[in-house]
Amino acid sequence: MRVLVIEDDRETAQFLLKSLRESGHAADLAGDGEQGLEMAGTGQHDVLIVDRMLPLLDGLSVIKTLRADGVRTPVLVLSALGDVDDRVKGLRAGGDDYLTKPYAYSELLARIEALARRAVPEEQETRYSVGDLVLDRLSHRVTRGGEPIPLQPREYRLLEYLMKNAGQVVTRTMLLEHVWDYHFDPQTNVIDVHVSRLRAKIDKSFDKPLLHTVRGAGYMIRDGAV
Amino acid sequence: MTELFKFLKAMASTTAFRLATGTAAVFVVIAGLLLAILFWQTNQVLTDQVMTALTAESEALRIEAQTISTGALIESIAARSRPDGPGLYFLADPTGKKLAGNLSRQPPETAGSDARGVFRYRPDIVSSKRERLGVAMAIPLPRGERLVVGRDIEDQRTFADGIKRLFIWSFIALTIAGLATALLISRIVLRRIEAMNVASQQIMAGDFSRRVPLQGSGDELDGLAANLNAMLDRIEQLMAGLREVSENIAHDLKTPLNRLRNRVEAALREPDSAPTFRDALERTIEDADDLIKTFNALLLIARLEATALDKSAEVLECGALVRDVAELYAPVAEEIGLTLEIAIRPTPPIRANRQLIGQAVANLIDNAIKYAPASSQRATRPLIRVEVAATASEVEISVADHGPGIPSHDRERALKRFVRLDESRTKPGTGLGLSLVAAVARLHAGRVSLDDNHPGLKVRLLLPVRLDVASPAPEPLTSPSVAKELSGVGATKP
Repeated sequence: MRVLVIEDDRETAQFLLKSLRESGHAADLAGDGEQGLEMAGTGQHDVLIVDRMLPLLDGLSVIKTLRADGVRTPVLVLSALGDVDDRVKGLRAGGDDYLTKPYAYSELLARIEALARRAVPEEQETRYSVGDLVLDRLSHRVTRGGEPIPLQPREYRLLEYLMKNAGQVVTRTMLLEHVWDYHFDPQTNVIDVHVSRLRAKIDKSFDKPLLHTVRGAGYMIRDGAV
Repeated sequence: MTELFKFLKAMASTTAFRLATGTAAVFVVIAGLLLAILFWQTNQVLTDQVMTALTAESEALRIEAQTISTGALIESIAARSRPDGPGLYFLADPTGKKLAGNLSRQPPETAGSDARGVFRYRPDIVSSKRERLGVAMAIPLPRGERLVVGRDIEDQRTFADGIKRLFIWSFIALTIAGLATALLISRIVLRRIEAMNVASQQIMAGDFSRRVPLQGSGDELDGLAANLNAMLDRIEQLMAGLREVSENIAHDLKTPLNRLRNRVEAALREPDSAPTFRDALERTIEDADDLIKTFNALLLIARLEATALDKSAEVLECGALVRDVAELYAPVAEEIGLTLEIAIRPTPPIRANRQLIGQAVANLIDNAIKYAPASSQRATRPLIRVEVAATASEVEISVADHGPGIPSHDRERALKRFVRLDESRTKPGTGLGLSLVAAVARLHAGRVSLDDNHPGLKVRLLLPVRLDVASPAPEPLTSPSVAKELSGVGATKP
């Protein structure tokens, strides 16, 4: 995919461009808000990464202007401000996701990949399937190889989110935000325990594991090795 | 004299003085107007009386003169001209020669027929040397004689002058009294405001313990002083907090930063070896992440202490949130063989920030799990009990464990930043968990209490039920007993 980075700090921008290219994506750079607005307006990009503090035109104004012009490219807002209020402001301006500095690159990558995927018009899927694992969103039933797997409501939602992003890395923070709606640090790696319980239910008695741990990044559900 | 002038000038520039003089001026002007009207009215009435009498007499004399002879008229006028009477008369033949009367000549103001006027005259009486004031009118007579009839109005004028003087003096007296009162009031008020100014200046100069003096009268100025003092207390508290933060940063962040630096330096000294570098870098990232966590917690606490709960607050059902957070931790507790018991009673909704309350509850449960006794040294059944209950005015969220607890003399200290009573720092964590909970409580106008759980620690987060929250119809307590929920029975070691 093609990513536009609107960021004024040269070093951060170069790091992002290099990392994105290494991850197999095309990346462009805009050094200030006005240039960013102009480049994003062409509509060639799949995802925009917008820093909140920008010269000439601040990040939120860029997003607002783009949305007013009908540009629907998904936006990840980067900010040094991490309060709930700031997050709400960022999302209200038209951002699709919000990441607080400092962040791990793996977190950023996972999030923009999820954003790009979400932007593809998906017909309301009623079934997710990965290998022989099937999740029916209407009956809330999960089966693997035809065998029903009983799940707790929270485990079901965890699996649903993982399967919605099948083939992509999902970080612990993303899980905490989307499955639990918590925007704070739970100190202990509570997510790991929940994921390992889920894994015990869907993978344990089967030969081929589907739920993989991606070291230093998070989790991924896919048919085949990571 | 210049001193007094300076003093007055300083006084005149004060608000109290301006207000007082303004009031006095309005009062004086109104009083002056009233007096002027009173004077004018009185004068008018007296003048009217004189004029009515004069007109009546002149009319009578005109009629009389038509019927009697000149001689008789002379006699009549002479009879009327008493030296002490108020009446003034002058009768002359057509050539102007005086025939009778107590005026020596015809006043020039009454020349011509039917003319009237006010004039000065010198009475005939020897004793009187002063000129007096009179009013007179000429009466045309059929045979060409000239008759002037008048009235002495000197007494009336003296009376009017007296009243005028009285009015002027009372006007001056009123003005002086008004100004004096204004000065006095402004002086009294100024002295108290000056005291506040002195205190503010001393505070600005760096003496933050100074406070504005109170008079104890409970008036508006005292109210202002009390509010200023409360504001100063709050500022001092914030400053102390800030100072504490910077000291803590110096203590607790420098150490890990130094450790991080040492590790990188050591790795660089090693002979080139990719695995060594890799290991060092990975541990460096871990250290950096821990530092970021500490920073974030510190910043969050500082921001909580400096802001008010406003837009971020929502109407929150504590029970549901606490159950949710507890269930997030339940599997972790279970993994290490602890029982996490959740007891939720129905509570009224409160105005709160969901994320912050969630974070606080998460910190409490995380602490309880972290400090739970190791499985080998368990004397009692390991249990962490998470409870939500309500009193009339507060919602109480409590987390109780059977860990080592905190001795009562250390409990106050435990809520402070960076305080880890476990000096060896063997447990992971930033040491900010409880102080963050305390900051969240303060933001919500609530409090945190640490109690003995016999054995262990019971932390209670008490949040006030705000009246400005529209609460739904009162729910009947479904059951008097606690809705118990056991999530993961203990002793199921993995």
